[in-house]
Amino acid sequence: MNSTLIKWLLSAAMLYGSSAAFAGNGAVADEFKWMTFTVFGVIIAVTMAITYWAARTTHTTSEFYAAGRSVSGIQNGWAIAGDYLSAASFLGIAGLISLYGYDGFMYSVGWLVAYITVLLVIAEPCRNIGKYTMGDILAFRNDPKKTKTVAALSTITVSTFYLTAQMVGGGVLIKTLIGIDYEISIIGVGILMLAYVVFGGMKATTWVQITKAVLLVTASIILVLMVWAPYGFSLPGYLGSVVADPDVQKQVAKLLGDKAAIMTPEELGQRFLEPGLFLKNPIDQISLGLALVFGTAGMPHILMRFFTVPTAQAARTSVIWAMAIIGGFYVLTLFLGTGAAMLVGSEKIASVDAGGNMAGPLLAQFLGGGENSMLGNFMLAFVAAVAFATIVAVVAGLVLAAASAMAHDIYVGVIRGDKATPKEQVAAARVASGIVGVIAITVGIMAKGQNVAHLVALAFAVAASSNLPAVFLTLYWKKCNTTGIILGMIVGTVTAIGLVMISPNMTYPKAVIAGANKVLNGEPALPAKEAQPAVERSSFMCELFALDGCVLAKPAQPASAEKLAKPGAAEKLAGMNAKLSTLEAMLAALAADPGMLQKAQDDIAKVKKDIAAVEKAKAKAEDDLKKFEGQTSSMMGLEKPFFLLKNPGLISIPLGFLMVILGSLFTRDKRAEDMWDELYVRQNTGINAEAATAH
Amino acid sequence: MSNPNINWAAIDTNPKFQALHRKKTFFLWGLMVFSTIYYFLLPIGAAYYQDLFKTKVWGVVNFGILFALSEFVVAWAIAFVYSKKANAEFDAMAQEIINDLNKGSTR
Repeated sequence: MNSTLIKWLLSAAMLYGSSAAFAGNGAVADEFKWMTFTVFGVIIAVTMAITYWAARTTHTTSEFYAAGRSVSGIQNGWAIAGDYLSAASFLGIAGLISLYGYDGFMYSVGWLVAYITVLLVIAEPCRNIGKYTMGDILAFRNDPKKTKTVAALSTITVSTFYLTAQMVGGGVLIKTLIGIDYEISIIGVGILMLAYVVFGGMKATTWVQITKAVLLVTASIILVLMVWAPYGFSLPGYLGSVVADPDVQKQVAKLLGDKAAIMTPEELGQRFLEPGLFLKNPIDQISLGLALVFGTAGMPHILMRFFTVPTAQAARTSVIWAMAIIGGFYVLTLFLGTGAAMLVGSEKIASVDAGGNMAGPLLAQFLGGGENSMLGNFMLAFVAAVAFATIVAVVAGLVLAAASAMAHDIYVGVIRGDKATPKEQVAAARVASGIVGVIAITVGIMAKGQNVAHLVALAFAVAASSNLPAVFLTLYWKKCNTTGIILGMIVGTVTAIGLVMISPNMTYPKAVIAGANKVLNGEPALPAKEAQPAVERSSFMCELFALDGCVLAKPAQPASAEKLAKPGAAEKLAGMNAKLSTLEAMLAALAADPGMLQKAQDDIAKVKKDIAAVEKAKAKAEDDLKKFEGQTSSMMGLEKPFFLLKNPGLISIPLGFLMVILGSLFTRDKRAEDMWDELYVRQNTGINAEAATAH
Repeated sequence: MSNPNINWAAIDTNPKFQALHRKKTFFLWGLMVFSTIYYFLLPIGAAYYQDLFKTKVWGVVNFGILFALSEFVVAWAIAFVYSKKANAEFDAMAQEIINDLNKGSTR
């Protein structure tokens, strides 16, 4: 079986390699693509070797789901970091910092603080009580069949949302980086991830995550050393030169718009290190913070990692290591982001990817010597390959979590009533992984071009509103019982999903059409406005819902000058093309003066680039108009969002807790009460905890 | 799942277990409440105390940046404090309860 396995894997890898031939444009220039593919190839080869090695020792259920509970605390710490530092946090946060400065960095803090909840209330009890899944923890004292069904559904929901966001994000990213077609990227990621999970189970997944985390941290440290060393590792010295950079000042001026007119360049630069350029709504941030702090501890793929270590002490060690690695990494993003803003320039970063995702890779290219240098492109290739490994590793962890819920909770626990033989259980686990993997690939391809930003928020919100209240109250509250768990998980999930469906995360055709028309037809001139006094909001509910008669708070507005009309795309293009022909006509006359000739050629290149950018925006606007023609409302039949926060946590998390409590208080469940002593003693002492398999 | 040979209720009422439970509850809740409050000071401060956050403290480095960095330090400190306490105290207390159980006296 092993030789066919290798052949199959090899052909999969070759299929992936040959896709280089179909690659279009990306951040990596064509002549350097072979380097990216070489680094990719090496990473794929290493992870395949790991899978081959892991597959030989993965026979039992405990080995498949929990790596035989023989992963050490330090190893598990690295694996948690590998599971958690997704492409969104690796590339996304560095990107946010490069475009918006302080707010991007502030955003990263919650992702680390979330682990305090994991460390203090979740990791050790889960290790002592659980077996393979969240369902096992809940079924300990509650009705096993009912709670396992609800827990599995919630696990699959959370994993699917997160998985889809990762797949779509990953596909787009690989296309932007190296120009491989979206569909091929998704299939490539899917095949590799399936190979790891199906053949190597948790052991292969763990080691792929460790490998990826080590690569990611190493790459980031090298980049930060290169950025920071010229300033003798002085924080004020380094940031001083960031704020003095004209590119940074220009970016802030662009973000502030009219307000920038009365600011000095120094003030503009300093503004980059101050809050408020990106995150405008503090209530939304608190809501997101709640979802992060409580959601991470309810993420099934994170919970599952604690079943892989031999003891509760090792679970504790692993969270401490994970916090050191994850926190250290987020501190590094401050330098990666500001370094990219200063050295590469926000304009260039945003021109490759509007969300700033390319800040890290472009910084690597710059530090290695720039666009045309060998080292610069090697470093870009390396970072691109790490990004790819990141996506595969995170997706593998999620697939394993969803598959365990499907096979262990639903099939073995509910359908077979816990009476499956060990061999059947492993077979079920492999089949379920295959099913989830194929679903992930299909959904990933179907969701091409869709707005998936809300899916990550949704995954965390559901985990925080449904999984965490259930797990937390089962572990710490004597009166908690089956009815409470089921009520809380259903209400928590439905509320979180429902609120996101009517939130600003969804696509509202009217707004898209208005935006597209602005690009195509320009904006009319606005007359000068007189100063406006501050407006107070009518009630707190108005911050959350678009109710009738609501007035939103507005700060006092100074008088503004008349705004000139902005030209539409066609007019802009005509102007640029005229400029281009004038410049080209001048070329012949300048032939005698090499200095002037060079300058004219540079100008021509710049105008050509601007023309390409406007044409791209025009094509997108036309596409949008065609796509949304005749539509006036979102999927939910709304013209504009009714729920005003991007994250539902502020409402759905307290509601989830409340429902578990009410459901438990109004019903009696003898088993839940009888088992309390055992559960509480076991979670605190580790007596009778699942033991590690000896090797 | 349940082990008929162990009298869980007896362990639960064991004063040693009760002492462990009290200490742990107090300590964990204290750290949890402190860390949550400290975390939410960041978005609240950044939104409503902008003048403070914009105050330059160390060259161009302002209070806001130092406060954001302090969030990391505080998170690590909590992890360190908890692991010290758990390694030195909670683990030993739990081990004593297990030893008592193995000796057959849970009272």
